[in-house]
Amino acid sequence: MKPPKFRYFAPKSVGEALALLAEYAGEARILAGGQSLVPLMNMRLVHPDVLIDINGISELSFIEAVNGGIAIGALTRDAILAGDTTLSEGWSVLREAAHFVGHPAIRNRSTVGGSIAHADPAAELPAVMVALNAEFVARSRSDSRTIAAQDFFKGYLTTDLNDGEMLTEVRIPGLPPRSGSAFVEFARREGDYALAGVAAVMTLGEDGTIADARLGLCSVGPAPVRPLNAEALLRGQRPGNEAWDAAATAVVSILNEPLSDIHGSAGYRRHLAGVLTKQALAVATERAERGQ
Amino acid sequence: MQGPIMQEEDFVTIRLSVNGEIHRLVVEPRRLLADVLRDDLGYTGTNLGCEHGACGSCTVLVDGQSVRSCLMFAVQANGHEVMTVEGLAQSGEMHPLQQAFWEKQGLQCGFCTPGFLMTAYELLQHNPNPGEEEIREALSGNICRCTGYQHIIEAVQSAAQSMAESARVPSGTGV
Repeated sequence: MKPPKFRYFAPKSVGEALALLAEYAGEARILAGGQSLVPLMNMRLVHPDVLIDINGISELSFIEAVNGGIAIGALTRDAILAGDTTLSEGWSVLREAAHFVGHPAIRNRSTVGGSIAHADPAAELPAVMVALNAEFVARSRSDSRTIAAQDFFKGYLTTDLNDGEMLTEVRIPGLPPRSGSAFVEFARREGDYALAGVAAVMTLGEDGTIADARLGLCSVGPAPVRPLNAEALLRGQRPGNEAWDAAATAVVSILNEPLSDIHGSAGYRRHLAGVLTKQALAVATERAERGQ
Repeated sequence: MQGPIMQEEDFVTIRLSVNGEIHRLVVEPRRLLADVLRDDLGYTGTNLGCEHGACGSCTVLVDGQSVRSCLMFAVQANGHEVMTVEGLAQSGEMHPLQQAFWEKQGLQCGFCTPGFLMTAYELLQHNPNPGEEEIREALSGNICRCTGYQHIIEAVQSAAQSMAESARVPSGTGV
């Protein structure tokens, strides 16, 4: 099908975009990579009166090291993030997750900010951002605020963003020494939405025990899942199968709402979440042990 | 993007470069790049399958990068370089990829072929000697309902080989 009629604006700066967003609050949608919005428009499930195309705003496209952490512009393409070899191995979770987004032609267009603002519970990057304790910068014409990833995702395709606000930047705090991260997922076919996916961020203490472990899961609930119970169990433990098994059991125990569909039952997704949790923790730990 | 397109009228004037040829045209913002290529400009080699980004049939290159032309509005390509399957052959000579798809029977009905060709073209630009796994991954977003993919993979491998050979042997040396 073809998308319904809309008015189209292509601002050249964030200021211009925010002015338009304020003027058309409630009627406008932001067009970033368009890889989720345009299919929804083609199928006429979404019909914004106004589209504000931010693809011409080059100031929104960047990956920068900031105070040991990373700042990522909302318009950064997934292909750029997936291929960024300047990111140290501690940030593997970002590259790996971005690589799981769709297919090459999708990643050439799809954006980091778009994935977060769209808040599809099957999307990889929201789960990663939750595990990384990321903050999102939301700007409106008159205001700017930061929102913790944990507070941002409210449910299926629902976020804390208000009318007139635009996600402009992701800020990820630095990782301590002896940290490693990983993203693993399982999908029926390459590029499909995962039946379940797990981001793990591991920091080891000087004695080799787990100083901090953080997890974020996608596709197993209406929003990314942060299993704080599993994280608490892991702290102070010695890394290894015993700890991974306990963490996986804790993760599975809190998953109430995975989707059941032709691709997999809720029970299967829950089972997968446990298996993938163990895998992600093991890989992240191996990387942390290499001191990265 | 170039030129002022922030206007409130129903139509916008855009400038598209398609396979090196410049077109100036007036479009509604809601027109998909695929439809404008096919219906307004006659580049009917680009096929539209699913119209929601799942099948890969409508893949073209914009500024050298593969994109789904059903997920991009033509106004977004204003001032950019588009390459369609019609841009592959040069002076009546098939591109090595097209030759290889023919020789290896990488197509049956041919509907998906333009999308596969453009996706494979981008892959070989970045990675002239891809392994089978890399080819499978690169083509994972393109659906073919006839061939079972095996011949398509072989065609891309064969094209990579012949492109490498013709790059190694300068023409006219008789080697």
